[in-house]
Amino acid sequence: MFGFGKQKKKPSSQEEISFKELYEKYREQIERLIEIIVAIIVGFVIAGIIMALGGYDPIKAYSAMFETSFSLEDPYYLAMTLSFATPLMLTALTFAVGVRAGLFNIGAEGQVYMGALGAIIVASMTLPGPLYFPLAFLLGMFLGSLWGLIAGVLKSFRKVNEVVTTIMLNWIAYWIVEYARVYVYADPERPEKTISMPEAARLPILVPGSELSLAFIIALGVVILVYYLLWHTVLGYEIRATGMNPNAARYGGIDPRLAMLSAFMIGGVTAGIAGVLEICGRPPTYAITTGLSNLMGLGFDGIAVSLIGANHPLAIIPAAIFIGALTSGSRGMQIVAGVPLEMVKAVQGIIIMALAVPGLVRLLKTKFRRGISVGV
Amino acid sequence: MTPLLLAALGELFTERAGIVNIGLEGIMLLSALAAVAVAEAFVNPWIGVLAGVGMGVLIGLIHGYISAYFKGDQIISGLGINLFALGFVAFAIEAIWGVRGYHTPPYEAKVPRIPGLEISPIFIASIILVIVTYYILYRTSLGLKIRAVGENPEAADVVGVHVERMQLFATVYGAALTGLAGAFLSIDWLAAITKELPAGRGFIALAIVNFSNWNPLLALGGSVLFGFFWVLGEWLKNIGTVKAVIPITLMNTIPYIATLVVTAGIIGKSRPPRHVGRPYKRE
Repeated sequence: MFGFGKQKKKPSSQEEISFKELYEKYREQIERLIEIIVAIIVGFVIAGIIMALGGYDPIKAYSAMFETSFSLEDPYYLAMTLSFATPLMLTALTFAVGVRAGLFNIGAEGQVYMGALGAIIVASMTLPGPLYFPLAFLLGMFLGSLWGLIAGVLKSFRKVNEVVTTIMLNWIAYWIVEYARVYVYADPERPEKTISMPEAARLPILVPGSELSLAFIIALGVVILVYYLLWHTVLGYEIRATGMNPNAARYGGIDPRLAMLSAFMIGGVTAGIAGVLEICGRPPTYAITTGLSNLMGLGFDGIAVSLIGANHPLAIIPAAIFIGALTSGSRGMQIVAGVPLEMVKAVQGIIIMALAVPGLVRLLKTKFRRGISVGV
Repeated sequence: MTPLLLAALGELFTERAGIVNIGLEGIMLLSALAAVAVAEAFVNPWIGVLAGVGMGVLIGLIHGYISAYFKGDQIISGLGINLFALGFVAFAIEAIWGVRGYHTPPYEAKVPRIPGLEISPIFIASIILVIVTYYILYRTSLGLKIRAVGENPEAADVVGVHVERMQLFATVYGAALTGLAGAFLSIDWLAAITKELPAGRGFIALAIVNFSNWNPLLALGGSVLFGFFWVLGEWLKNIGTVKAVIPITLMNTIPYIATLVVTAGIIGKSRPPRHVGRPYKRE
């Protein structure tokens, strides 16, 4: 389950390690990887059937999707893929850290809203230029972690199911931020958005003309930091021990309640940062738009990313790029094949359901041997 | 409160057999879509209601198979259902009606009120279903088997109860009720389909299951309570003086805050079925 990061292949020339030995050594990881790939294929096939039933051409749709997400001819497309992957890495961390502590924290959505609100609050102040970004970063982080902590306190001290509380908090955050957008920070000149981040706080664009900004690098840094925290610090050890067996952890002198609380807080921080980066690092508006449309779904997509990345911080990076590619490719899909953007979410849903089935590969193998088709 | 009650009742039954289904929100959304589409196609609300329930059964079968037979992670499967529903319904609204995000069916496709009483027949049905569910759980051998599977599947297995079959049945029954809830939302209460129709009701239903201590009769009480907060929010919005003080956007948080406060206040006293959420593997 762990150690996705160990998958780097060793230089085989000196030690003459055969393929088979390598396979035996990393058997669990390789099987997990194959399972994930199969789940992704299942997701694409079923979604393709749905598209065909809806009267669209799935082959045309998929080829358009990949042409506009991984095209090497124009750096714009790849940059867009990476820019969409940026917030997803962070919201995926929220879920992943939760799972490591034995929690299903699906509150990243609301924490992103709160993080973005923090950034907008700072944007409304009159400050010397260089202060905007650090302050926005801190306030967004604070509000995001506050939102995570509410669910954490309720879980740790009142034993309230975190799935219920985090969803309630998502909706409460939605309406609070929507309130702030309409009544407090509305842009007097453009009704569809809030005031924008001052130029001094906007992150530099890495690929001219695209939406890829320095935010991507910051997000990568946070991912590596959280990886280090989880695997190389005492706190990380306590979180993981609690997730594996809270009772055993208690005997080992760990307070599982504090470990869970920290997991909620770390998750809130990363999701809050995602909100800040969406405001400071995504052109053209640098603001919250109507109905929070530019923030909606980031938290839920993060869950998909985390599950595809086997809840491992480093594996989350390629997983986020994959989902980022689906998101940026969905634009091409809509333009070329006319398929609504949202189909991509349905693909993700099917992939997740397929991932819920353990031993999916084995299952498919035995079913095929018996000559029965399986409907997952 | 009808959709809350139906979904909570269904989930309660499912959890009694040891399966948790957090895909309620998604099932409601998919069933709401099926109900609108079919009711409109046949210009008959009753066929629409059937389609909603049928969609519930279908999703229940999928979740039940993953949970009971494949021993999959129930929470992840439920998350998948929710995410799929979110994407699929938005896709389908555009694919079927060529509009984005919102569709209203014609008046003829709406479930009629019971003449004279002006209440929805689905509301009456939901009350009857409370009694039926209570009766099944506590007065039949099927109910005994289901409760046994949720408490101690090993023991149930030893005495010859088909654990997986019971779990699949309970999941499908629960999802069917949730499907009815979805149909109620789209062709009875609101008479429209939107991308965010259930608006967290599926998760409030999960809270009600906790609140009711897994008892159908108490679930009725819980649904009245939570339904009251929902209506309270709507009611306050229409009062001029309140509206002047508190903006509507903030009043929308009332049902969610109430759910948080109530669940935080009562949990600890209730006890879930022992084996809920864990896949049963024969040794």
